[in-house]
Amino acid sequence: MTAATIQPQRGHVVTDSLTMTSRNLLHMVRYPGLTVFVVVLPVVFLLLFVYVFGGTIGAGLPGGAVHGRETYAAYVLPGILLMTIAGSAGGTATTVSMDMTEGIVARFRTMAISRAAVLTGHVLGNTLQGLIAVVVVFGVGLLIGVRPTAGPLQWLAAAGLMALVAFAITWLAVAMGMAAKSVETASNQPLVLTFLPFLGSGFVPTESMPVWLHGFAQYQPFTPWIETVRGLLTGSDMGVNPLLGIGWIVLLSVVGYAWSMVLYNRKSVR
Amino acid sequence: MTIVSPAIDVRGLRKSFGNKVVLDGVDLTVARGTVSALLGPNGAGKTTAVNILTTLVRPDAGTATVDGHDVVRNPDGVRAGIGLTGQFSAVDKLLTGEENLMLMARLRHLPAKRVRARVAELLEQFDLLEAARKPLATYSGGMARRLDLAMTLVDTPRIIFLDEPTTGLDPRSRHTMWEIVRDLVAQGTTVLLTTQYLDEADELANRIVVLDGGKIVAEGTPEELKRLVPGGHIRLQFADAQALNSAAALFAGSARRDAALTLEVPNPNGVKSLRSALDRLDGAGIEVADLSIHTPDLDDVFFALTGRVERPQTEGIPS
Repeated sequence: MTAATIQPQRGHVVTDSLTMTSRNLLHMVRYPGLTVFVVVLPVVFLLLFVYVFGGTIGAGLPGGAVHGRETYAAYVLPGILLMTIAGSAGGTATTVSMDMTEGIVARFRTMAISRAAVLTGHVLGNTLQGLIAVVVVFGVGLLIGVRPTAGPLQWLAAAGLMALVAFAITWLAVAMGMAAKSVETASNQPLVLTFLPFLGSGFVPTESMPVWLHGFAQYQPFTPWIETVRGLLTGSDMGVNPLLGIGWIVLLSVVGYAWSMVLYNRKSVR
Repeated sequence: MTIVSPAIDVRGLRKSFGNKVVLDGVDLTVARGTVSALLGPNGAGKTTAVNILTTLVRPDAGTATVDGHDVVRNPDGVRAGIGLTGQFSAVDKLLTGEENLMLMARLRHLPAKRVRARVAELLEQFDLLEAARKPLATYSGGMARRLDLAMTLVDTPRIIFLDEPTTGLDPRSRHTMWEIVRDLVAQGTTVLLTTQYLDEADELANRIVVLDGGKIVAEGTPEELKRLVPGGHIRLQFADAQALNSAAALFAGSARRDAALTLEVPNPNGVKSLRSALDRLDGAGIEVADLSIHTPDLDDVFFALTGRVERPQTEGIPS
């Protein structure tokens, strides 16, 4: 064997990504605080909106004149589910930002492992965390009496869409976490995402908003996602929202991935 | 097996951060199976040199090959053969020691069957069995550093970089660390370590490269470097100023410290010149309260080379 024949090990992208994912999952199991936070906040919002505001807001919805609260609970649940995913972005950005300051990441960079693996580990781990949170929040929705009318295909489609949304949002959150100068900034920036369901069809129909807000509310990413999930679960009209929603997922995933990789490589090679 | 290239070969390496020149044309060759020490004060460019050689930082100019691969053109080739234990602990603080080692074993693509066995071996070898399943928060500085090094050694890399491996460690942990480095070298591993401790370089290294202000100011074996400074001195301690005065008049070229009542007399020829000095003191009837012999060490070398006395702090500051 001569020095020239020593070749780097390649073709381990998948294995390395899975190893990194299990590392991130282990972090979540060991330190469940962030996961709990990601679950608790939307549950509080769900209960608040159904039991405090639900009666009044529900009365204004079509078919809500008699059973306002029940109608509103079914209406708001998809919004809360998407808000759960948006909220998990804060956790992602925080963990990524903290991780990047750790010496272990410098060690990873001196090892012959796929460069994307470190970030993919964060993305898969946090996507899973987001989905677990969605399941828990959904369970609370069922407990308070929401009864979706979806058939098996619709269930599958709704779950698939939310997994893709979680994936796209997580890539964006990873980039935000790396771009942030401090852990505090990293945890605050994604709050913008948590706020977006309010400025869309998450809590009230966009038609009820003033004209100047209406255009934004109608086309910002969360509205098509929420409308699609709502349509799948309750049978409401989805229109072009599924297409629009997929478009946003692709765009945000690509932007998030590219932004993350540029930042990671820039930090790697100075 | 014929290995043709040296472990590390560096030519004309330059690096600046902004206006600050950190490496100003460094040449360095490290032969396989040897220990070299990059010795220098904080800010000399030691860590930057290591970061370039371990593919963390890209040089502005010059070439560097590690394990036969160019660090810029084939970083993955370099990464496959090296291990780095940096100044700041490169461990996952949220995992246990055992989990950290498992993570490394998987990332080094050890066969699934080998992973557990190798992790157990390392825990034993680095005296971490008891703490294996405890969170890192409970580890002492020495334990964390041992784990750090164990993680580097999961796949027995051919070349190991140790950036200030004992900074901040207590004396006992330091000696353990030295033992580990000696074992590695006995197994044929090439080691490049940086240190600001002169005794550490003296203790471990075959070759010492003194780096100051981004330039190499001297290079050689510890003995060669010590030869750069002329012989040592005798330090004489007196009971009173009068004795000091008489002695100072006796020895030309001596240095007196009035406050301490001591006199440092050059001692170029070891025992021979020591004996003659004592004879002269005797002849003049001067009482000496105490005497110590000072042979040249790397502190003197460093002083002679850089014109400064470097007293390393116990806490490491990045250079």
